[in-house]
Amino acid sequence: MQLSREALLAAYRQMKIIREFEERLHVEIQTGEIAGFTHLYCGQEAVAVGVCEHLSPSDKIVSTHRGHGHCLAKGCDVNDMMKEIWGSREGLCKGKGGSMHIADVTKGMLGANGIVGAGAPIAVGAALASRVDGPGPDGLSVAIAFSGDGACNQGTTFEAMNLASVTKAPCIFVFENNHYSEHTGVSYAVGTNQDIASRAEAFGMKAWRADGTDFFAVHNTMREVLDYVRAGNGPAAVEFDTERFFGHFEGDPQRYRGPGELDRIRATRDCLTKFRASVTGAGLLADADLDAVDADVMGAIEGAVAAARAADRPTAEDVLADVYIAY
Amino acid sequence: MSNMMYRAAVLSTIMEEMERDPNVVVLGEDVVGGMGTEGGPEAIGGIWSTSTGLYDKFGPTRVIDTPISESAIVGAAAGLALSGKRPIAELMFADFIGVSLDQIWNQIAKFRYMFGGKTRCPAVIRMAYGAGYNAAAQHSQSVHQILTGMPGLKVVMPTTPADVKGLLRTAIRDDDPVIFLEHKALYATTGEVPDDRDFMIPFGHARLSRAGGDVTLISSGLLLGMCEAVADKLAGEGIGCDVIDLRTTSPLDEETILDSVEVTGRVVVVDEAPPRCGLGADLCALVAEKAFSSLKAPPLQVTPPHTPIPFARELESAYLPSVDKIEAAVRRVLAWR
Ligand SMILES: Cc1ncc(C[n+]2csc(CCOP(=O)(O)OP(=O)(O)O)c2C)c(N)n1
Repeated sequence: MQLSREALLAAYRQMKIIREFEERLHVEIQTGEIAGFTHLYCGQEAVAVGVCEHLSPSDKIVSTHRGHGHCLAKGCDVNDMMKEIWGSREGLCKGKGGSMHIADVTKGMLGANGIVGAGAPIAVGAALASRVDGPGPDGLSVAIAFSGDGACNQGTTFEAMNLASVTKAPCIFVFENNHYSEHTGVSYAVGTNQDIASRAEAFGMKAWRADGTDFFAVHNTMREVLDYVRAGNGPAAVEFDTERFFGHFEGDPQRYRGPGELDRIRATRDCLTKFRASVTGAGLLADADLDAVDADVMGAIEGAVAAARAADRPTAEDVLADVYIAY
Repeated sequence: MSNMMYRAAVLSTIMEEMERDPNVVVLGEDVVGGMGTEGGPEAIGGIWSTSTGLYDKFGPTRVIDTPISESAIVGAAAGLALSGKRPIAELMFADFIGVSLDQIWNQIAKFRYMFGGKTRCPAVIRMAYGAGYNAAAQHSQSVHQILTGMPGLKVVMPTTPADVKGLLRTAIRDDDPVIFLEHKALYATTGEVPDDRDFMIPFGHARLSRAGGDVTLISSGLLLGMCEAVADKLAGEGIGCDVIDLRTTSPLDEETILDSVEVTGRVVVVDEAPPRCGLGADLCALVAEKAFSSLKAPPLQVTPPHTPIPFARELESAYLPSVDKIEAAVRRVLAWR
């Protein structure tokens, strides 16, 4: 499917926002201003954007501990996200969630999650809610469960796939295989073989596989998957082969990486570089168009960081805000 | 008013609420019962008969029979709730919370606070708890002490059919996660229940089932009846007991407890959960902190011993609090000074 110039620019901008948001966090974290655990999504942008650009606000996503990319791609406000990571009371979750627990239900973003594997059943529930509402003009609303290759080993993921299959819930399991769960390789941790999609197939689901560093592969695959699920065929799964550019968490020395591995994946498997090469190579966009997006995004991120720095800090009284049970 | 069984009060409340609000959805293992069998759906209608007829009436999108997957059931309830529905999930036996604990503890209990108050999670998780059926250590437990200790959960323990009705309706209409604990030894008990389809009992309001003024007995569920029996017996000797049915352990009605203790100065907490770090210890601490100057005797708790629940009839009855043990505790606090 040929994308319009506007659609190409929008997709690129969204990927670039995620990239710069995170590259900037990587720098800012070293200043010590940001508290807690931060897991960067850099390298996987094509998946979040290639999946979420097809979704409307009535479609739901459930994210992971590496959630910034999914949140931004589903429409969470950049400034509010940055403020949340800074722990401000002006943040998307008023400084109560932080990097790992951002949600914006009004955008259909049902939460990042600090518990690996916890999201998949929640996505099935959201998909069951869509079944209650019934199809709209474009078919059923869907729910997407983003999971890593590590999360696919949790029982919750298996339970969720089975429940979705039994109930024909319009749920899509998106497995982002970045070859690592924390510091353990997928070849060790995924038994029998390393193919996660085939696990979904074993639950009676149709499954797709695609290169998660190639935006167009993600985009086209998701179009097919969504057509299938919106039509009421029940759940589906898709496994994207992708790369994580930073460590598991910020501060991870990454001693488990092979020699030259990071340089190699940055050079050959960067979804942004690949996107630029293919759109300019095909004459769809010029370098200047993309450079203009880059400059615009840099400004937006600069603004978000400045806003986060200037934003109100929570006070001790805020600890008791949104507590709904006395004693 | 109608006379009805505890279990019928559960079912009729769910039925009425499903009729009233199309967003109410029921899910759980065997809540339909008979799915995928030659006998067909509704062959069982829920193992506690608390969902019989719902499937026939509301169909598979609103009555979802699930595989044996407690994490997926509670997780799906969370996802339904975040998507504008009002799920009522059934966990069969309360003992199975362990299998789904992450979804209860880290997910539904935390969303509203952790997401900055912008999200509500109106899920009801129902489960049958309690001993009395010789079901032994993995099918008889009282789990309220664990769940009450988790900020973010409302915990309800109805004792009478009327309370089932009023509290379950409140639970279903509540915008926050509610754990609804049904005592399995009470399912077949009967009582008068208001017919009003909007009859609701607010959370955090205990019920004073006996008023006496000499000693305060605090309990709920199966053991409440034992407390009432003790109160009735001692009334014959001129000893007056206040018997408080907590109804909800979170939120807790401190006021009713403290008001009573300020008059009686003597407290016995009777609970079915083990003694350590539980409701008994919690309430003893409460009165020690907030009603110390009224106390005429140390607060006591009557609970089972700190053991798993045994199987044999003789062992289970030795394990559970009894009318005699409660009466002995009341006499101990009365004898003080
Ligand atoms: C239940 C649970 N176990 C362990 C962890 C610690 N942990 C956080 S992320 C992670 C690895 C997850 O790997 P994967 O699903 O592949 O996602 P990725 O980090 O690659 O994005 C682990 C083990 C956790 N947060 N939750």
